[in-house]
Amino acid sequence: MPQMNMVQAIHSAMDVMLERDRSVVLLGEDIGYFGGVFRATEGLQRKYGEHRVLDTPIAEGGIIAAAIGMGVNGLRPVTEIQFADYIYPAYDQIVSELARLRYRSAGDFTAPVTIRTPCGGGIRGGQTHSQSPEAIFAHVCGLKVVMPSNPYDAKGLLIAAIEDNDPVIFLEPKRLYNGPFDGQPDKPAVPWTAHAKGEVPEGYYRLPIGECAIAREGSELTIVTYGTMVHVAEGAAQAAGIDAEIIDVRTISPLDTATIIASVKKTGRCVVVHEATRFGGFGGELAATIQEECFWHLEAPIVRVGGWDTPYPHAFEWEYFPGQTRVANALKRVMGEAA
Amino acid sequence: MPRPSRLHIPHPSARPGEAPDFSYLRLSAAGAVARPEPSARLEAMSPSAADLATQLVRVLDDDHRAVGPWNPHLEPAELQVGLRHMLLTRLFDERMQKTQRQGRISFYVKCTGEEAVSVAAAMALEPHDMLFPGYRNQGLQVVRGQPLVALMNQLLSNTGDMCKGRQLPVMYHGSDARLFSISGNLATQFPQAVGWAMAAAIKGEDHIAASWIGEGSSAEADFHHALLFASTYRAPCILNVVNNQWAISTFQGFAAGESPSFAARGPGYGIPGLRVDGNDFLAVHAATRWAAERARKGHGATLIELVTYRVAAHSTSDDPARYRPRDEAEQWPLGCPLERLRQHLCALGEWDDARHAALTAELEQQVNAAWKTACTFGTMTEGPKLDPGLMFEDVYETLPPHLARQREALRAELAGATAAALSGNVTQNTGTGA
Ligand SMILES: Cc1ncc(C[n+]2csc(CCOP(=O)(O)OP(=O)(O)O)c2C)c(N)n1
Ligand SMILES: [Mg+2]
Repeated sequence: MPQMNMVQAIHSAMDVMLERDRSVVLLGEDIGYFGGVFRATEGLQRKYGEHRVLDTPIAEGGIIAAAIGMGVNGLRPVTEIQFADYIYPAYDQIVSELARLRYRSAGDFTAPVTIRTPCGGGIRGGQTHSQSPEAIFAHVCGLKVVMPSNPYDAKGLLIAAIEDNDPVIFLEPKRLYNGPFDGQPDKPAVPWTAHAKGEVPEGYYRLPIGECAIAREGSELTIVTYGTMVHVAEGAAQAAGIDAEIIDVRTISPLDTATIIASVKKTGRCVVVHEATRFGGFGGELAATIQEECFWHLEAPIVRVGGWDTPYPHAFEWEYFPGQTRVANALKRVMGEAA
Repeated sequence: MPRPSRLHIPHPSARPGEAPDFSYLRLSAAGAVARPEPSARLEAMSPSAADLATQLVRVLDDDHRAVGPWNPHLEPAELQVGLRHMLLTRLFDERMQKTQRQGRISFYVKCTGEEAVSVAAAMALEPHDMLFPGYRNQGLQVVRGQPLVALMNQLLSNTGDMCKGRQLPVMYHGSDARLFSISGNLATQFPQAVGWAMAAAIKGEDHIAASWIGEGSSAEADFHHALLFASTYRAPCILNVVNNQWAISTFQGFAAGESPSFAARGPGYGIPGLRVDGNDFLAVHAATRWAAERARKGHGATLIELVTYRVAAHSTSDDPARYRPRDEAEQWPLGCPLERLRQHLCALGEWDDARHAALTAELEQQVNAAWKTACTFGTMTEGPKLDPGLMFEDVYETLPPHLARQREALRAELAGATAAALSGNVTQNTGTGA
């Protein structure tokens, strides 16, 4: 099977969908002739034409608003917001319009818009190229929110997102584009070719939106996480010598609570991990759900791990990032070890 | 058969492998555009507001003389200061680009070819006027006297960093120098400058505000917010669009649409628009003076389009050979702003090659010395490091309890201890971020 990194897998998903469905169009800043600042759309304009892969003015609000209009008029727009940190000029169009169009018109109008955007830190991007804004979209009813952690999932989920008739925010952890980063910046980079999920079928396939994956089976404790932190959690559990079950949430909304609940009932212990700031983060929703459903099975309080509650600081990227030490500390605490 | 698309797709005049073509640029001869009274009402302007916004204000002619009604008649000494600031800006840029290539700083943005846009404008304003820069306006920092060491420390995120390690390189600020904090989010500063100017008017002061954005960024809604608020309240401000033809890979036509000029956006909002040769130091100075006088006398805002060219890559992360002809910069019809001012001074008999060489050597020396000093505050790879605990400060005016706990947790994490070992109190005991 072909090997792909995450950018290639995302590229392949769009390539497949442009080929299969004439109503699919791509729009975003620098995505056409140039192929995108992360090269996710490289060559697609040449292949499918300027009328299906559109460079846009620098206006995120305009991009999403236009995509809504296109979606209403029978197209299936896939938008790129160059960095998740730049999505806010479009926030009103996303929250007040895109998310609620079906509801307010009782299904008379819908817009099947996909919003792809690179998120997360670890590339020395400072506070305006590092944010993880999933919680502020998870809180909005009517949006689906997806964050894959590997090339295989990225392609299958992006195809599902494009085919979905509801709007999907598709967050791409940019630190994972080239390899399964485990939180240790000083170690040599590992490419996706060294990872099972770097094997990606050439053609069409889809993975269901709304299902968690069990990234690693284990018995002692459940780590509920997504995106880059799936790989950090794997490293941390291994380093701490804990047989952790790692749940890759993949779809933040709507949430597959059944898989999470079954795992926590099995292990009796849980740590929730994300890169985003902790306060008001999606980890709170996960912890609350687990507490409601698994209280009588828990051997220890659930612990949340996240980025500190500050903007992402340029010079202190790795002190900010919830790396293996922070995760391992939480694992040990939940295991009752004063490590 | 599906019908063919009827959508219009704009195209740049040349892509890689094609011959550069700037025939789309509407140029006027130096001295050809008349200068209305700065107090003139928009409808009563002569030349008309529409003409002002589409012609090109130029002062320096092909023989390096200053001609026409926009000639600001600056003293040679002032022109020499302008040349010095522009040269320093360029040498600073070149040196900082090199340090980025050496891995000493993480990122850099040059303004090569656009030096006059910032330097001439800042020199035409009063020290108390407030500036809201973009990321490619380092000339403003230079003119306003930000020490080179301070700028370099920011680029290095070191122990002398004005941003305390929190910001990407080039996101300077300086309230003493009246330079607003630069944002990575495009166009946000434009309407903020208008608000600052409204406050000045509310307080009865005669200070004005000026802001700069790229032509690509003028596509953002914030650009339109700025023009509307400036128009509605006749805010004393100058709104500059730096049209350097490119926004990363996207040519100016995407933000301009079918409009012949960015300055022409002004009259639609009731604001005069001046289209100015951005590589002509004297034209930029004169246009800024005109707009400043208008604003200070209560006649409101001006939109100035500065026609220039982004000679360098977008940033150190960019490779422009992928999207524009390699030799496009060489074909740029408005030349180099430094060279044009230098030639003008030479024509006046106020400058020569020997003085230029001496100035270059002096400024190179200044940049080198500043870099040496800055490095003593630490670089990415060596020397002293900022205390990571600083990341928790300035989120709020006073450190809230949860951030105080997180700071302790980080210290424990860095010390290799677990939070659990710190205390028995569960709520305070979060190596995990409570
Ligand atoms: C809101 C927002 N959207 C997108 C970006 C990414 N971005 C950074 S610079 C840039 C191009 C800006 O071009 P222009 O305004 O012409 O300024 P120039 O770089 O030419 O000086 C883009 C798209 C951003 N920083 N902020
Ligand atoms: Mg530009």
